[in-house]
Amino acid sequence: MRRGASFRSVALAVAWRVLHNVFTTPSLLLPSLIFPLFFFTAFAGGLSRVDNIPGFDFPPGYTTFQFVFVLLQSAAFGGVFTGFGVARDFESGFARRLLLAAPQRGGLIAGYALAAVSRWAVTATILTVVAVAAHMKVGGDGVDLFGLYGLALIVSLAGTLWATGVAMRLRTMQAGPIMQMPVFLTLFFAPVYVPLDLLSGWLHAVAKVNPVTRLLEAGRSLIAGNPSEVGLAYGVAFALVAGFALWALRGLGSAERAGG
Amino acid sequence: MTALAAQVGHIARRSLVRTLRQPASAIPPFIFPMALLAVTAAGLDSATRLPGFPSDSFLAFFLAFPFIQGALFATMNAGTDLARDIQTGFLNRLSLTPMRGAALVTGHLAGVVTMGAVQACFYLAVGLAVGVSIASGVLGALTILGLATLIALAFGALGTFFALRTGSGESVQGLFPLLFVGLFLSSMNLPRNLIEADWFRFTATINPISYLIEGVRSLIIEGWDAQALALGFGMAGLIAVLSLTASAWALRGRLTRT
Repeated sequence: MRRGASFRSVALAVAWRVLHNVFTTPSLLLPSLIFPLFFFTAFAGGLSRVDNIPGFDFPPGYTTFQFVFVLLQSAAFGGVFTGFGVARDFESGFARRLLLAAPQRGGLIAGYALAAVSRWAVTATILTVVAVAAHMKVGGDGVDLFGLYGLALIVSLAGTLWATGVAMRLRTMQAGPIMQMPVFLTLFFAPVYVPLDLLSGWLHAVAKVNPVTRLLEAGRSLIAGNPSEVGLAYGVAFALVAGFALWALRGLGSAERAGG
Repeated sequence: MTALAAQVGHIARRSLVRTLRQPASAIPPFIFPMALLAVTAAGLDSATRLPGFPSDSFLAFFLAFPFIQGALFATMNAGTDLARDIQTGFLNRLSLTPMRGAALVTGHLAGVVTMGAVQACFYLAVGLAVGVSIASGVLGALTILGLATLIALAFGALGTFFALRTGSGESVQGLFPLLFVGLFLSSMNLPRNLIEADWFRFTATINPISYLIEGVRSLIIEGWDAQALALGFGMAGLIAVLSLTASAWALRGRLTRT
């Protein structure tokens, strides 16, 4: 089999298996669907008065403001949830057999990433339907929205590569907090509740240099129909993917050396 | 009576030592609530500019949150440990000894409540260290610790009931997201009168967790508010009584089955 074909066949097989597992096991599927909806409900519903704060200027409203955060959060955490599956595969010994059987082991990472992105697409669809039903106002046109969802998709890829790298190095479900916590903190060290200008103190200083801030602000500008610094946000997203791809590949090397 | 006290003491000590020996159980109740306090207090500080906001410090306003989230961890720890005892057969072996059922539940909860009290002291100390002043003074701070301990007892008893009823650690863990949702759909982020969405305000009003938060919060930012305290202590007491009654009932069923 040609090198490219075998890579593709490994990736598709792994992706199919992950998706089959996830969509036939409610305990795996539901958390990744429910948590974004829950955060969206809690933030957009409970904090809607926040857009009355002097200086809060986001014409589409607070529901839309929070939608972008929850969309990006669901993308990143979709990747983390996939990382849990990778760790479970190592713990159960399945990954060891996968490493033996796969002619192109890089295809394993590609397969996990493909599954994560497909899985997130379902989450994003449900989240969008709920947000529209909750009267979310969208100022952007089709191109802007394509840009927003494209950005989130790249974030999902970055989250998957990060979590896969951790899972392949530690090869245990106990690595769950190590996959989650940095993602959780990086997301919350950004302007989650109010725009950057309204943050103060240490969080403002951290948010200013946090790459997630660029993603959030660009995403919010896209949905508002007033694109701003989108190129920079895409640059940040692609840089995250490149860095975490290297991290995941080295993780794969670590797993290979350890014999799965 | 002495025998019962000794039994309670043994079980309480075991419960406490077991939690302390598991970093995965002992550390998160201290770290996670503080991390959420830090990011939310900093992120929503500008909400204090909303007309009618009851405090000029969001950190002080939000300090009540860790006490409740810490109690949710007590639920999980209490329930998961007891479920493990059931799954490993420890409870079966215990039922062959003269140990009384009341001693088992009381001892188990004594360990949980002790952990809850230690957590509450930690949250209060961190709050004071970062500059929050307690409007109700020293006596108020002691009252906060008392209420937080009662809340830990209430949620610990709830976890105990679930463990005894299901006998499964996974089922108890499955309760956590539900309680977490309950926490977020409360008045934890904004006072109820400032919640704009009608359905959310209604949900927060019928949510008992709102009253637990408001009880602790009133002592921190307002001083002595008899109504908030009565509702806070009353709701925590009610949850505790109902959960303990349910636990006693579930324990009878569990011991019958074993």
